[in-house]
Amino acid sequence: MASIDIANIQKSYGIHPVLHDVDLKIRDGEFVVLVGPSGCGKSTLLRMIAGLESVTAGEIRIAGKRVNELAPKDRDIAMVFQSYALYPHMSVEKNMSYSLRLRKTPRERIATVVTGAAAKLGLEPLLERRPRALSGGQRQRVAMGRAIVRQPKAFLFDEPLSNLDARLREQMRAEIKKLHKDLGATSIYVTHDQIEAMTLADRIVAMNAGVVQQVGSPLDLYDRPANLFVAGFIGSPGMNFFDGTYHAGDRPLFEIAGEISIPLDAPAPLANNAKATLGIRPEHIVLAGHEPETLLATVDLVEPTGFGIILHLSLGRTAFKAFTNDRSFLTASGTIPVHFPAHRLHFFDGEGNRV
Amino acid sequence: MRAKSAFLTVAHRLAILAYVAFALFPLFWLLKVAVTPNDLLYSEGIRLWPSRASLEHFDFVLRHSAFPVFFRNSLIVSGSTAVVVTILASLSGYALSRFRFRGKYWLVTLMLLTQMFPLVMLVAPIFKILSPLGLTNSLTGLVIVYTAFNVPFATFLMQSFFDGIPKDLEEAAMIDGATQFVAFRQIILPLTLPGIAATLGFVFTAAWSELLFSLMLISGNEQATFPVGLLSFVSKFSVDFGQMMAAGVLALIPACLFFLLIQRYLVQGLTAGAVKG
Ligand SMILES: Nc1ncnc2c1ncn2[C@@H]1O[C@H](COP(=O)(O)OP(=O)(O)O)[C@@H](O)[C@H]1O
Ligand SMILES: [Mg+2]
Repeated sequence: MASIDIANIQKSYGIHPVLHDVDLKIRDGEFVVLVGPSGCGKSTLLRMIAGLESVTAGEIRIAGKRVNELAPKDRDIAMVFQSYALYPHMSVEKNMSYSLRLRKTPRERIATVVTGAAAKLGLEPLLERRPRALSGGQRQRVAMGRAIVRQPKAFLFDEPLSNLDARLREQMRAEIKKLHKDLGATSIYVTHDQIEAMTLADRIVAMNAGVVQQVGSPLDLYDRPANLFVAGFIGSPGMNFFDGTYHAGDRPLFEIAGEISIPLDAPAPLANNAKATLGIRPEHIVLAGHEPETLLATVDLVEPTGFGIILHLSLGRTAFKAFTNDRSFLTASGTIPVHFPAHRLHFFDGEGNRV
Repeated sequence: MRAKSAFLTVAHRLAILAYVAFALFPLFWLLKVAVTPNDLLYSEGIRLWPSRASLEHFDFVLRHSAFPVFFRNSLIVSGSTAVVVTILASLSGYALSRFRFRGKYWLVTLMLLTQMFPLVMLVAPIFKILSPLGLTNSLTGLVIVYTAFNVPFATFLMQSFFDGIPKDLEEAAMIDGATQFVAFRQIILPLTLPGIAATLGFVFTAAWSELLFSLMLISGNEQATFPVGLLSFVSKFSVDFGQMMAAGVLALIPACLFFLLIQRYLVQGLTAGAVKG
């Protein structure tokens, strides 16, 4: 186990920059999740840590030691690939023991370790099988097993659950979390799925277009998103955004597109007449009147999810969503009163940064 | 329903049987003529098996004709060509599949271009080139020519086999602690065996049955390969069908043995990549 320092890392393919100045310190034993949309450079960053991609500029240190020029085999890390990358011509047992055999580990020790890992992952009855005779979930477990048989300095995961169906993904997610509790190993986990990021991470690194947008605990990112990108990426259904102008005064207002104003309970940290974006999560909208002025929204669509109800609403021409557990809204139609509590509001300036 | 599916099964089997019979009949006829004694060849009319079979043609071909020389020459030429081409094609196929380098596009185009010319057009220039080098009437010359003509296609064949092996596997091996070379040898190579077998088999048979260049570049019996040698059973006044067919049967043996040896890999190879997983 070890810490991993990523200092001002840059990566370009030819003239195309893919990562801009990524700076990140990962503590020993920490579970860090890199999250962001497809193509934002998550895999590239992970592969640079693994030694599978060269570093254009900057420095990577594992356990304090610079590894930029080190071959993957000398970095002592384990990686789980999205495709699992199991060796098709080897049995499950041989797949899991390959790294140990390469290191000339004594036979008895290999047997002990592989048996232990297989027991942990429920793979004992499958040890003699070839990968092609395994289901997707079983292959995934073997890939995990291959990573945990040796005690590497860090585990790297590149979207390891993307090829599983939703139910299995949920189950494996929990198992990965348990495994991390057991082993306490430094882990970097790449995913485009914000739920995976929220549930697994000690710390989330949100990335977009090769730039780190925010680093923080899952609840940090949920409660205090640093910018519009993070605000929109974390949470489902996503945060509602209203572009408009702030009017200060005794009764502060947020005017959206000149037609409608949202009354605010408390002054916003904005200058009078400032252009800004107001954000509020669907689950934070209160569906009730609020004196003295009640804001009325038109009901466009009602989506029951079982757990709750997603209401598609609009204020003038601006559409937004609200989430509620109150089943009486199943039959909502016409207009309903809505209220945006002040302590649930997020404001973003013209650059999209939180204010 | 039951009756219909049974009927379909029978029809299916019959269709396969008809196809197999059609495909194998010439081979059967080859064998039949080879074991028919000369005096029965024209006297018995058309029948499926002669009233008296003998191995006299085989005996003659093996002991009194130049056939063993042809056979040895063919074995040398085809074997060498297959081995050389497969080694070259494995290396170049791996490079085309895994590396990005300058001029790759033009190289591939050029290789495709070589496949477009009818061989007959090239016989004269090739003779002109090989003659001053002393490579006409020589087995080495034949190996060089066959290698040159087979490498492009074999390269594409090998490239497609390497392409079918995900890069992730090499990377996983390198993270597991292997060098690039060890990953190639322990992970990639075993997975490419079917491809190597298919390439070996393909090139061997191509060289084994090649007639045009052999005929043009070789004169005399000493260096002749077996397809050319077969023509020596055709004389000015008669064709020795019995002996010719016996030689043909014997010539089938190495090709059959070869395919028997590699067929396990070949079946895998030809279906590799057909299903994902
Ligand atoms: N070998 C490569 N050559 C050129 N561009 C690449 C290469 N690999 C990745 N890229 C580009 O780098 C960007 C980031 O890719 P990647 O790290 O795989 O994204 P992610 O894993 O976040 O989906 C993408 O725009 C992709 O097109
Ligand atoms: Mg990726």
